[in-house]
Amino acid sequence: MAIESTNTEQPTIRVVLAKLGLDGHDRGIKVVARILRDAGMEVVYLGLRQTTASIVAAAEEEDADAIGLSMHNAGHLALAPSMLAALHDADLDIPLIIGGIIPEADIPILEGSGVAAILGPGAPAEEVVTAVRGAVAART
Amino acid sequence: MDDKKHAWQEQYDATHLRDVPFETMSGVPVDPVFGDAPLPGQYPFTRGLHAAGYRSRLWTMRMFAGFGTAEDTNARFKEILRNGGMGLSTAFDMPTLMGYDSDSPWALGEVGRAGVAVDTLRDMEDLYADIDLGKVSTSMTINGPAAALLAMYIAVGEQGGVAKSDLAGTIQNDILKEYQAQKEYIYPPRPSMRIVTDMIRYTSAEMPKWHPVSISGYHIREAGSTAAQELAFTLANGFAYVEAALAEGQDVDQFGRRLSFFFNAHSDFFEEIGKFRAARRIWARWMKERYGATDERAMMCRFHTQTAGVSLTAQQPENNIARVAIQALSAALGGTQSLHTDSFDEALALPTEKAARIALRTQQVVAHETGVTNVADPLGGAPYVEWMTDEMELQAEAVFAHLDELGNGSILEGVYAGIDNGYFVGEIADAAYRFAREINNDQRIIVGLNEFTDGNDEDETNLLRIDHSVEELQRKRLEAVKQERNSAAVEASLAAIRNAAEDPTVNLMPPIIDAVKTYATEEEISNAMRNVFGTYVEQAIV
Repeated sequence: MAIESTNTEQPTIRVVLAKLGLDGHDRGIKVVARILRDAGMEVVYLGLRQTTASIVAAAEEEDADAIGLSMHNAGHLALAPSMLAALHDADLDIPLIIGGIIPEADIPILEGSGVAAILGPGAPAEEVVTAVRGAVAART
Repeated sequence: MDDKKHAWQEQYDATHLRDVPFETMSGVPVDPVFGDAPLPGQYPFTRGLHAAGYRSRLWTMRMFAGFGTAEDTNARFKEILRNGGMGLSTAFDMPTLMGYDSDSPWALGEVGRAGVAVDTLRDMEDLYADIDLGKVSTSMTINGPAAALLAMYIAVGEQGGVAKSDLAGTIQNDILKEYQAQKEYIYPPRPSMRIVTDMIRYTSAEMPKWHPVSISGYHIREAGSTAAQELAFTLANGFAYVEAALAEGQDVDQFGRRLSFFFNAHSDFFEEIGKFRAARRIWARWMKERYGATDERAMMCRFHTQTAGVSLTAQQPENNIARVAIQALSAALGGTQSLHTDSFDEALALPTEKAARIALRTQQVVAHETGVTNVADPLGGAPYVEWMTDEMELQAEAVFAHLDELGNGSILEGVYAGIDNGYFVGEIADAAYRFAREINNDQRIIVGLNEFTDGNDEDETNLLRIDHSVEELQRKRLEAVKQERNSAAVEASLAAIRNAAEDPTVNLMPPIIDAVKTYATEEEISNAMRNVFGTYVEQAIV
């Protein structure tokens, strides 16, 4: 299925994507960046080795509608809550979406802590786009 | 009998063969090789490095492992050796790979997760405890801080009475592909290259059984490249190391013998086999014709293979056992020297002990039950296989020509330029996106992912969980080492590293070995060089 461009009457969704911490697996997030772009979103990819502070700063500066982080090193149970806490401290009500290698058992834990959506390996483009649109719509 | 055939026969007759019948399951004896010269063991080695293929020696079944603390991984190592694994391969956690200690703020959530945490020599002592380093060969997958980890391994060997000249193994130490694919770099490319050439020089002189660089296409492929890009970028990086070592006056016949490679075995069976065969041919030709090697051993592309982690699906994970078996078979038919087979649960987590055992058993089935080891290069001469080998070579040569031009006649400069201008990351990202689109558009079927999805809702398999207490435990261990050690000796050893780093004529290995023996941490050693070399920050391109 081809990914259709967004209806031009809707405001363009701005997404900040980043790799938080040391994990260097960036294949997935780069594919996701292009998928979201093809779906008409504006994507700001911050790159590797970002901190919660650098992501908060970028989200503020870019007026982001959503933040997407990719995690492949099993650090998600520590990193996702620290990102949520940083957003909370900065008074930013922006949905956080996590993609990567996330065991099924951790999904309710992450959702319970406030992660808006979780995308596993091989998630189809449609699912990626729907997850971001849904997360943004839920906050507005 | 022509000369080549005669030479092959002499080589074969001089080879000690495994004590098994070389016949089919039905009892039909088979020849050790078929087809025309050049035969296996003959330049340009398209058909393999050894006249007898796997009749003399099977590939080394080398399973990659590492998680939690050094004790946890030590237990897994012993399990692997008990189960018939023939060599060790060490996975380090992200902080270790990036030159940070477990108590660094960067280490949050990462300690012991994707590999084992090593901060000081104390961890390395525990990691290889009760394993005779004079008997096993060890591979260490580490790049940015490779010099510190090799130094620790040398020190552990010494403690156990094994001289460094008797240590056998490989350290990945392929920094160029870090900027292109894996992204575990610390310093900028040029000073990093100096560390690599220092290590090549040091091991060439002091450690005759050690491979100082494993030039790796694995990560390039995992990051999304095509098979031909994996082949081309990897060999180009290899040429770059050769040019760097030649530029500082090293002998190509000496260091050339110690270079080794590491490839990915993905799912397109014949493309992979063609890639492996082409790798040997290209490397031999370039080493001889462009770099002037005269010793055939310096022209041989020896390689390790790992099945494609990226090909594994989180859906119906047991299907991955079939994928791994087919990929392992391509590596065997491609003539690999050693092989790691991935565990079926790796799209979900680090492997459980059971999953890792099945993966090892898979390559044992290929080695002992299928008969493919009876004949060297059994597919050689098949029109499709020879065409694929030529095609891989053609595509790779086009990349070399581009890099040669980019570097004005130097592949080394071409590779630096390709890192600077985003050529490698761009090519890889384009290929990854094309592949993702093909799956997304159902032009490419991945079983369980976009077709044949019945069964995807079954209960999740049992996964390895790394206890969160590992991080705290490791920090306490580090704290204890820091309390016990002589801090004046640590400081002096770090100053010596800084001084060596400032003087490009000094080899960095001896001061780094001195430093690890004072229990200086990996991060302290890395910082000593960060102070002089600076750090590398990648431009984010999508």
